[in-house]
Amino acid sequence: MGIESAAKPEVKAALMRTRGLSKQFVQRSPFSRKKFVIDALVDVDLELAPGCLTALVGESGSGKSTLASCLALLEKPDRGGIWFEGNEISRCDAEELATLRPKIQMVFQDSAGALNPRFSAGQIIAEPLEIQGRATGRNLRLRACELMEEVGLSPDWVDRRPSQFSGGQRQRLAIARAIALQPAFLILDESLSGLDLSTQAQILNLLLDLQTTHALTYLLISHDLSLVGQVADFVAVMQQGRIVEQGTPQKIFAHPEHPHTRDLLNSCRVIESAFRTAQAGGRS
Amino acid sequence: MWTPSDPVPPGASPLLSVRGLNVKYGHDQGPVSALSGVDFDLDRGEIVGILGESGSGKSTLALSTLGLLPATARVEGSIQFQNQDLLTVDESSWRAIRGAKISMIFQEPGLALSPVMRVGDQIAEVIRAHRPGTRKSRKQECDDRLREVGLPDVERISRAYPHQLSGGQLHRVAIAQALACHPDIVIADEATRSLDVTVQSEVMGVLREIKRKLGTALIFITHNPALLAGFADRVIVMYAGRIVEDGPVAQVFRRPLHPYTKGLLQLAPRYPSQESLAPRGRLPAIPGSLTDADRSARGCVFEPRCSARTAVCQSESPSQTTPEQDRRVSCFNHGN
Repeated sequence: MGIESAAKPEVKAALMRTRGLSKQFVQRSPFSRKKFVIDALVDVDLELAPGCLTALVGESGSGKSTLASCLALLEKPDRGGIWFEGNEISRCDAEELATLRPKIQMVFQDSAGALNPRFSAGQIIAEPLEIQGRATGRNLRLRACELMEEVGLSPDWVDRRPSQFSGGQRQRLAIARAIALQPAFLILDESLSGLDLSTQAQILNLLLDLQTTHALTYLLISHDLSLVGQVADFVAVMQQGRIVEQGTPQKIFAHPEHPHTRDLLNSCRVIESAFRTAQAGGRS
Repeated sequence: MWTPSDPVPPGASPLLSVRGLNVKYGHDQGPVSALSGVDFDLDRGEIVGILGESGSGKSTLALSTLGLLPATARVEGSIQFQNQDLLTVDESSWRAIRGAKISMIFQEPGLALSPVMRVGDQIAEVIRAHRPGTRKSRKQECDDRLREVGLPDVERISRAYPHQLSGGQLHRVAIAQALACHPDIVIADEATRSLDVTVQSEVMGVLREIKRKLGTALIFITHNPALLAGFADRVIVMYAGRIVEDGPVAQVFRRPLHPYTKGLLQLAPRYPSQESLAPRGRLPAIPGSLTDADRSARGCVFEPRCSARTAVCQSESPSQTTPEQDRRVSCFNHGN
């Protein structure tokens, strides 16, 4: 198609890019024949620059997680295309998808639910390596220990189960599993909410370190604007399935154009300014 | 209108008085201490913020005040409330206190509310458990509570099931339920965690209104200091089950004394401004994390993570000092 060929050079530049991505969910009421159609994604155009951290912000229900599932190839969009490393992947068959999946990994919000409670830490990290045939036998365990060390966990804990780790440590474990296959793209779906502030900062610092050593591209989904402001290279704001504003944090936070972005910023500002006033010693 | 269930003349003893509270949980490698030597008072209508990371004992403190600790917990000390020690009362007396005089707002209202009961009935149920009255009077009270938390269209909401309401509405319903019998004390345990900012500031607004209108004392447990500013009267900072600093919010935030408090305040979310955006880089973080070994080691519990530690911190445990009126701190080097 004309539009696609014209946009080709741009498509190549971004690691991942979506164009007109749309997804609907149809819910049937259990008691009547009524149907509810939910527009989870409406014409989403998003570009993820390689080696950058792009943040996706918005209220709950705005479609952030659906977009993440589409990018992670877990959900098929109804319309629109996704390009990864210059190739269109939204029309790939199962076999082609299988070769792509190791390159795209995801870290979820609830680490307790995302890790098999019956596996040891070592088994959890080694499982993707084993499935992809990247290591066997003793090497699996060795590689798992290396990865644990890389995310700041002691290799002595390789035989512990997820329940013996704290929330922050479990999230490190989930990150170790995600980077085991040396992906190019990591989706962090609210991976930091639910952790307390100091753990959040530690995990973010870990992610920033890994980004440099592994040349990773991140998509960070978050509802916490103040967090996003500190680490993001690009910000996209979502509302009701649409991306309503995107740009650098400098632009979005200094000159928000969309009313929804302004609303989000205001709620954030109310809490924060009371705190700064208190710190400065003024009356709030 | 609100009548205190046990009126005391102003200036009298505090509403709630916790002394020498120790809680230990059984563990394979010996008991782990969750709270040690916790002392604090809560006055009528006061909002106390309890600040600390996970594992600091915040939730154990909340559960002890509600008599909800697991049976395996070993408890010492006293919690005085209306001339009785809450640690010694039996289960039938607890039933008269819980919900009526002390109640709690839980972290996940979606899980705390029953999915198969209309929310209005769930609030009325609390009232029925504690007070005589007719179905009609309970309905009236329930509607009043929903109005108090600022919900519009009370008629529709009280007939709705939890899944028909939004996250913000559910939170308000959970608060209305906690307020059902106009308790003296409400405990909010991380009530705004995992809410998005818009809903979070909404819920904080509701709690502020309630303090103003009803004068309910509130124990607000959080890990985010920014939420306490302009809201709480006093802040208690906890680390490893101990109170490391305690004082009026305005003073503690302006000049924190304990290195841990300083660290926590540095972590507070920043409003994305030009200045905070300029250098994109590593975030400030308190290095390390609390381990079970630290809890029982000699010396100060915070020493392994402290940036201001000196030789004495390794061998001795700091006792509580009162450097200024209304302020307490447990640190050898708080002056520096």
